[in-house]
Amino acid sequence: MPTDAMRELYQEVILDHSKSPKNFKELDDASHQSQGHNPLCGDRLTLYLAVADGVIQDVGFKGAGCAISTASASMMTEALKGKSEAEVDAIFGAFHNLVTGKVAEADDDVLGKLAVFGGVRDYPVRVKCATLAWHTLRAALKKTEEAVSTE
Amino acid sequence: MTVSSNAEISTSSASKRDFDVDRVRGDFPGLHQTVHEKPLVFLDSAASAQKPQQVIDAISNFYAHDYANIHRGVHELSQRATKAYENARLKIQRFLGAPSEREIILLRGTTEGINLVAQTYGRANVSEGDEVLITTMEHHSNIVPWQMLCEEKGARLMVGPINDRGELDMDAFEELIGARTKLVALGHVSNALGTVNPVKEIIELAHARDIPVLLDGAQAAPHVSLDVVDLDCDFYTISGHKMFGPSGIGALYVRESILEKMPPYQGGGDMISSVSFEKTTYNRLPFRFEAGTPNIAGAVGLGAAIDYLNNLGMESIAAYEEELLDYGTEALRTVPGLRMIGEASHKASVLSFVLEGIHPHDIGTILDQEGIAVRTGHHCAQPVMDRFGVAATARASLALYNMRADIDRLVEALETVRKVFS
Repeated sequence: MPTDAMRELYQEVILDHSKSPKNFKELDDASHQSQGHNPLCGDRLTLYLAVADGVIQDVGFKGAGCAISTASASMMTEALKGKSEAEVDAIFGAFHNLVTGKVAEADDDVLGKLAVFGGVRDYPVRVKCATLAWHTLRAALKKTEEAVSTE
Repeated sequence: MTVSSNAEISTSSASKRDFDVDRVRGDFPGLHQTVHEKPLVFLDSAASAQKPQQVIDAISNFYAHDYANIHRGVHELSQRATKAYENARLKIQRFLGAPSEREIILLRGTTEGINLVAQTYGRANVSEGDEVLITTMEHHSNIVPWQMLCEEKGARLMVGPINDRGELDMDAFEELIGARTKLVALGHVSNALGTVNPVKEIIELAHARDIPVLLDGAQAAPHVSLDVVDLDCDFYTISGHKMFGPSGIGALYVRESILEKMPPYQGGGDMISSVSFEKTTYNRLPFRFEAGTPNIAGAVGLGAAIDYLNNLGMESIAAYEEELLDYGTEALRTVPGLRMIGEASHKASVLSFVLEGIHPHDIGTILDQEGIAVRTGHHCAQPVMDRFGVAATARASLALYNMRADIDRLVEALETVRKVFS
């Protein structure tokens, strides 16, 4: 039977997003685009952003990965729309602190629904899965040419 | 330094007695622990195997009583260490069935063995327009050294295809052996698929055209009885850590007629006879290929691992594992949505699979929570993953200490995986 620790990691909302990811699309009018790769498990994703006046107007992603990385990418895209780059940095900072266990409690005000990834802190090898989309996002905003790799 | 025949060498051959897995398990302290409050099921021996107490003790005793540098001291400890180290070489020689200890180079493992051949034999014999032939199912360590060589020389790396069951397409492979082929290099047993390649047939085909053959024996050595003379291969390389010995030690066999013409590998101490600034003369075989102080205790540990395998008998081990692999294959077939990757008619020790709709990395995490250690990922064989259209697989790999109950636990835990994702 699934244990509580498993349920903490694979929460319903994470499983739902992994099975039916949101914003799973390319953007025709993307102003920014970047690729992320986790060589350890073969996860790959391409992130598309439409940014105007420093604000993210639209976002999409394509790719294939594990449940954690797919759900993280999906929920990240939902959290990004309408946010400025500074706000995005704040969310990523809080998210990173959460999944790496630097903070015991999620900053709900900043993270909102993303707080469900708190269970990742008990699985250090899965932190890269949860943060792949976010590292790819940063690369896209900086217009880094090279694909982001977690290794 | 000379080494005469030594009474310490184990000469016991395959025993006919029944394989006693309970007794074997008693020798491996690492197996007897709980992980996430569940009894450990270790199914990751293809990555690296657990160590028997006999190997742990051999290393510990060597460091406690006999340790010094080898091949140079006149003092007692250096002589004891040299004897222990060279005794390990003799054990490896016999394990591989090599005619002479001069053909056994001790090094870090299979990866270094292949790199040594690429950088010495390869650089001396492969020129622009030549070809090196490998297969689709190679580990990265039997791809990248040849890519580096081919890039340096302007040579071409040719790749023999595999079929949907993960077997080498022999007709296509034979076609690829051409006038420009300078070396054939392939795995004896595939780490990602478990396929046992028809190496004897391949060696015959290559030798008919005077092409030497290297076998990567990393995955074969723990599971099958080896005889480089019977195989007639030219290079054979093994890793200690896959065969219940320590990491950082392994061996390369090279047929003496080839080895004596090979240029040295790394320069340094121990590989020379004399050095002056005008001229250096190199040591005799095999020391010419062993620069620097080696992993002395590692060699002693590997020797102990070989004794351990010999005492059980490789044929007895192979028969036990074959039965266990059949059991595992049948058991996994009952798991809904499971697709086996690698269904060769001749396989050893590996059960590589994917589950419909569930990423291998998620499988691995949940199995770990159930106390089951498997490997997930591309297994350093990305071209194999590409061939089967998957990014990764979950791989349960078997060794002599696994039992049917381990397979049953795996199947049960895969049911939990499916429940989490249902």
